[in-house]
Amino acid sequence: MSKYLLNKFLYTVDRDPQLVERYRTDAAGTVEWWERELANQVLNCVVAEKSTWLVFTDEERAALREHDHVRLFELGAHPFLTLTLFIAMFERDHGPLEYQKAYGRALQQHALPYPDIAT
Amino acid sequence: MATVAAVIASTHHPFYYRASTATGADRPPFADAWVAKIEAFRETLTKARPDILVMVGSDHFHQLWLDNMPQFLVGKAPYFDANWYNEEREFGLPRMRLAGDEQLAGHILRNGLDAGFDLAFSNELRIDHSITCPIITLRPEADLPIVPIYTNIFAPPLPRPGRFVELGQTIRQLVESWPIDKRVAIIGTGHLSLELGGPRQFGAHGPDPEFDRKAVDWIASGDLDGCLAEVTLDSLHLPGNATHGFMDFMLMMGVAGAGAKADHVDSLDLFHTMEAYFTWYPNGVPA
Repeated sequence: MSKYLLNKFLYTVDRDPQLVERYRTDAAGTVEWWERELANQVLNCVVAEKSTWLVFTDEERAALREHDHVRLFELGAHPFLTLTLFIAMFERDHGPLEYQKAYGRALQQHALPYPDIAT
Repeated sequence: MATVAAVIASTHHPFYYRASTATGADRPPFADAWVAKIEAFRETLTKARPDILVMVGSDHFHQLWLDNMPQFLVGKAPYFDANWYNEEREFGLPRMRLAGDEQLAGHILRNGLDAGFDLAFSNELRIDHSITCPIITLRPEADLPIVPIYTNIFAPPLPRPGRFVELGQTIRQLVESWPIDKRVAIIGTGHLSLELGGPRQFGAHGPDPEFDRKAVDWIASGDLDGCLAEVTLDSLHLPGNATHGFMDFMLMMGVAGAGAKADHVDSLDLFHTMEAYFTWYPNGVPA
């Protein structure tokens, strides 16, 4: 399991307006491209000095490909990162606060303690 | 020597800017009451006549990331650009630029290190809404130099609550030992109970009104012992999954001092989270 890499995906997509739109409209293609090209890039280093070992599990890759915020929560992705990015992608399709409330309702089966988010 | 002109603790609600500037049908029904409370709160800083603002907040995965995460960091730079694309996108926050006070930042770093806090530093820091929200509410002119201090309330493992209190106590001592005749306000923002990205988010009130009531009492009365007896890293999960931001309030209780009763206390029950505002005048209420 690689909570760090899940968070890195959410973080790097959320901060880039073009990647937000790309992930919204082509989740599978964006996840495949991102894992191949960016997963191992150390964010403040030149590309030649990238890491060699970061890879999603099948379950993580599927959750990202399916825009499955419930599964991401269960996998221990940082809930702030997931929420912020998903609001950016999907709030526009709903009335005021509708999306945020539905997002919470979809997680209602989760009682405390929530999945551990420590990386 | 420097004077602590005011100690201020507040929630930082990123929706305030949009709510307070909206007009017509876009203006939420609670906006006028919210603005009135903020304007009264702002006056508590204005009448302290500060020269410099020490601003305690927490980066929300903007510049600080999991490949290199400091627990406590002091910004030491001549300027700080502010607010990020995702804050413009979600909250409508404006881009800002604030001047820094490198001399006070250097004093806090040097003497903080010597006092037992291994403070990280940044010479190029883009600050986020944890610091710009209180600028917008308390000093919208954004005309005073700042020293930003970031805490990690966000990416576990976190320092324990007692460590935040100790850092607050140390910041107070460091400002008071700065041999420059300036009036310094120490301002910090955090959260009461808060849930983000979990099942209890965006309810009619904050996720745990009972915690919020107790928290306001602890802060207003300076009840550090009572607060520290109940609040742990584990307990903070119960009121809401983002409630660890309450530790920045505990830091500010450390700045104000044990037993220090706040001179201004106010709160506002909103959907999703409760707002709370506190001001102390360590050297007496200004005329």
